[in-house]
Amino acid sequence: MEKLPPAESAVVQRIASDLKERPGPLLEVLHAIQAALGYVPAGAVPIVAEVLNLSRAEVHGVVSFYHYFRHSRPGAHTVSVCQAESCQSMGAEALTAHARRRLGIDLHQTSADGRFSLEPVYCLGNCACSPAVMIDGRLYGRVTPERFDALVAERAPSP
Amino acid sequence: MTALVYVPIDAGALSLGAGEVALAIAAEAARRRAAVKVVRNGSRGAYWLEPLVEVLTPRGRLAYGPVTAADVAGLFDADFLNGGSHALSLGPTEEIAWLKGQQRLTFERVGIIEPTSVADYVKHGGYQGLTRALSMEPAAIVQAITTSGLRGRGGAAFPTGIKWKTVLDQPAGQQKYVTCNADEGDSGTFSDRMLMEGDPLTLIEGMTIAGIAVGATQGYIYLRAEYPHALRALRTAIAAAHQARYLGSDVAGSGKGFDLEVRLGAGAYICGEETSMLESLEGRRGEVRVRPPLPAIKGLFGQPTIVNNVVTLASVPWILQHGADAYANFGMGKSRGTLPIQLAGNIRRGGLVERAFGLTLRELLYDYGGGSATSKPIRAVQVGGPLGAYIPASQFDTAVDYEALAGIGAMLGHGGIVVFDDSVDMARMARYAMEFCAIESCGKCTPCRIGSTRGVEVIDRILEGIDGERNVRLLEELCETMVQGSLCGLGGMAPFPVQSALKHFREDFRGPVK
Repeated sequence: MEKLPPAESAVVQRIASDLKERPGPLLEVLHAIQAALGYVPAGAVPIVAEVLNLSRAEVHGVVSFYHYFRHSRPGAHTVSVCQAESCQSMGAEALTAHARRRLGIDLHQTSADGRFSLEPVYCLGNCACSPAVMIDGRLYGRVTPERFDALVAERAPSP
Repeated sequence: MTALVYVPIDAGALSLGAGEVALAIAAEAARRRAAVKVVRNGSRGAYWLEPLVEVLTPRGRLAYGPVTAADVAGLFDADFLNGGSHALSLGPTEEIAWLKGQQRLTFERVGIIEPTSVADYVKHGGYQGLTRALSMEPAAIVQAITTSGLRGRGGAAFPTGIKWKTVLDQPAGQQKYVTCNADEGDSGTFSDRMLMEGDPLTLIEGMTIAGIAVGATQGYIYLRAEYPHALRALRTAIAAAHQARYLGSDVAGSGKGFDLEVRLGAGAYICGEETSMLESLEGRRGEVRVRPPLPAIKGLFGQPTIVNNVVTLASVPWILQHGADAYANFGMGKSRGTLPIQLAGNIRRGGLVERAFGLTLRELLYDYGGGSATSKPIRAVQVGGPLGAYIPASQFDTAVDYEALAGIGAMLGHGGIVVFDDSVDMARMARYAMEFCAIESCGKCTPCRIGSTRGVEVIDRILEGIDGERNVRLLEELCETMVQGSLCGLGGMAPFPVQSALKHFREDFRGPVK
């Protein structure tokens, strides 16, 4: 298992210690780690387990159960394209194919230049404005391939 | 005089540019030295008109929409601040036919008020339900909920009063909890999100009443991580309610305590199942628990716990304020009150329609919805999320009512209706239902974990034209096994869309012509 750099290790240690007295703290701790580091590194698992007095297996089991927790560092921008029925009825499949071509990566991947991560998501609650996309927590509705390109271009470094 | 302009802060409106519109209005007002206050309200739910801008005038609130940032200068030129006429004029908001015919009880303030302002909330009738509840015996509060006929709006439709009574009947002196299931994961649904963003204090008041009724002093809202806008609204509203002493150790001067906290989910659909949600709240994998014991007896941290959906809890203040009978007077049969129905997918006029139970799918799809967005015939609708049946056009005269939908082998669920035009391939939708179940299965029971994966494989073989008839029969048997053998509703209901697709759209399950 990769060992965390001391700075990140200290962040994980501090978060776990700060939250450990809260009822049922593990998800809160993992959310805080991901908010701070962008993902939940494998090296964080033994630290969290130690502080919360859980087994490593328990912590790993929780990290791996939830789709939201990332196991690798995300790109500078995370693009989530809804795959659920409502968005499918308005062309989500074609939009997803377009997004893969435009970003040059598949779902669950991060571009080589580290600019974009592309993720599937199952419903963003914007079903009257399908298809929906979320980029870094900002929601977009009725996204056409043209609008998708514009949203990506806003976030790409100028050539 | 300062003009009041309303621009929604609802995530759906923002997704169509409401944020840019609000900025453009403020900038244009500054440029023209016009005194304008921009209020960020929730959405009225007419998403086909979003971003919907309103101006308060002596004639009431006048609406303009859908507005883009590029329209803003023109609106000023047309003197919209004084209700001037413009190509985007919609007239008085309350008179827009799509909104006027609705019966907004639970959503009465959504889109009207400033969402996190306690003062605005109280001015519009907020906290009257709590005041009434504080003057009643706990058992009388529970009785009022029972009498109202309110059933769980999350999808299971269990009578809310019975759940509350079970928690109330557990011995006092132990910690009890009120938990709100805000893990609104069904595609086609967004009523919880709209309410949490547009009127979060109604949910907070409903949970507080629940706490007073059953003797619970701590509440948790389990919110899905995909809803960052709702998270901000809830946290701000909880802080405001604390500040105004509607939460804390002495709720509204009653001497009774109730506190509230938001906990974030992490992208697991199964956590909308109540026991899985409790596991997740406790910080564990969201694997379902075997019932009994019921959560009402042994729920969160092993203590008696109410688990209700957002809309269920948000309906409680209205019931206490106006009376159980007033609520029960809406609806039909055993489906009392109103339901916020969500029109989604391929629909021209999508959004939130709150009406008493009993109107038909056809009225919703055509009178409200205006047909498909693509102007093609509507071939199928899926009601009740990814575990709900697909309903063909021949059944669109069915009433929206728990029993009527169950009568045609469908389910109402959380009230979402996803519309598909005639380009839909129902075998692919059936495949997706199995695939979704495979992705989201918690893995605890075999029929769900293995069955869903095998289901995808069998449908793939059918689509490839391999042994079609035999594999269709195999698929039907597999569905039966999952329905009968799964531990919870995910594996137990994921076959519903598959079975309904097989029943109503059999022609799509023929492989390629050879």
